[in-house]
Amino acid sequence: MTDNAINKAVYDELKEAAGAEFVVELVTAFLEEAPGMFEEINTALAAADADGFRRAAHSLKSNAQVFGADALATQARALELMETAQTTPEVQGLVAQLEAEFKRTADALKGLQNG
Amino acid sequence: MAEPKARLLIVDDNRVNRLLLSRSVELLGYEAAVAENGRAAMEMLGKGSYDLMLLDIEMPVMDGFEVLEAISRAPSLQDMPVIVTSSVEGVENVVRCIDLGAEDYLPKPVNPVLLRARLNSSLEKKRLRDEQKTMLRRFATSEVVQDMQESGFKLGGRRVHASILFCDIRGFTTISEQQSPEDTIELLNIYYTLMFEAIDQHGGIVTLMIGDGLMVLFGAPQPLDNPAASAVAAAQDMQAIITQFNLEQNAFQKPELRLGIGIATGEVVAGFAGTQQRATYTCIGDKVNLASRLEGHTKKASQPILVDAATRAAVGDNLSCKPLGDVKFDGISGPVAVFAVMQE
Repeated sequence: MTDNAINKAVYDELKEAAGAEFVVELVTAFLEEAPGMFEEINTALAAADADGFRRAAHSLKSNAQVFGADALATQARALELMETAQTTPEVQGLVAQLEAEFKRTADALKGLQNG
Repeated sequence: MAEPKARLLIVDDNRVNRLLLSRSVELLGYEAAVAENGRAAMEMLGKGSYDLMLLDIEMPVMDGFEVLEAISRAPSLQDMPVIVTSSVEGVENVVRCIDLGAEDYLPKPVNPVLLRARLNSSLEKKRLRDEQKTMLRRFATSEVVQDMQESGFKLGGRRVHASILFCDIRGFTTISEQQSPEDTIELLNIYYTLMFEAIDQHGGIVTLMIGDGLMVLFGAPQPLDNPAASAVAAAQDMQAIITQFNLEQNAFQKPELRLGIGIATGEVVAGFAGTQQRATYTCIGDKVNLASRLEGHTKKASQPILVDAATRAAVGDNLSCKPLGDVKFDGISGPVAVFAVMQE
């Protein structure tokens, strides 16, 4: 299950280029920052702030790409490209899905470091 | 000796991206500083100097586009290459970055090999540009360099109100005959250093150096409030400096220098003359001729500084002047009213 949350080739390349120890630091930073990004997504959504919504989704996408979290990146990108920030059931569904995918990604990243 | 490390400024609102980019450039042997948004970056650029900027686009407070615009408006930041690193969507955004002056665009996540190649190439280009500028400074004044950077190099002139100053060492041939060529060159170098200082201080630019002669332009390319007053003040400083210098020369039983200075004021055409390959910033017009004639006349008149009526009028009554009457010069139609500037 956790295997496909992270694209192992991308993750290994990152480890190779930046060093294993540094990647631990980077993952820690991401796991610390991500809840803030979700908070921004939800705040922007509540305020119909399209710019803030796009920026937060963009940030999440950008970080997901760093670690090879392909599914998370794809989902975040879909939100980034939405152009509006409206609280429709569809959007709320996508955000919920994104949060679930993030949990999966976080577990996978933690697993990769312990393993 | 190792070259000093290039200093890079990384601008990104995302902590993971900042960490990763810093790590990447440090692994490549560069120094990294970070800013969390465009405004913080502009503040850092105001305080320190950086060799290159890695710029994110999507940022709160001040985004990457705004940073590029601000940089394009700041003359002092023109030489710093900016590489945009972003995962911003849409080709039109990438095009916009390049249009706004970004040197390059690297998609995120940044590929380390690509990053190394782009950084190397951008920093090398910057190094060459810096070198060129240093060379240019050696042969042109910073005003001319600035004019060139602002309006580009273009042959052709424009009409400006300016003052022209000619300066020459009296009896220089005799001096050079009395001492070795090495001593003469050294004397000339000291003379030029002293003269340039007085000229720079009053906003003049040297457009010509021949032997011991100098032609100096006041009022172009950068306008001056009162070019004539600046030229006269420079002439007085030049004479005062030489008087001081002669005291030293006397002490070492070395030859004294005597300067003749002529100044004329009026409309001239100033600009770059030459070819696309080799050109010089200069000015032409009757006033250039006149200034040169006045300088030549200093010997006959036994006066260190001679000016024309326009210069005299522009400087006003604060200047103590002796009218020498009308003089007829070769190549200038009609007699010219000549004034001798009295040394304070």
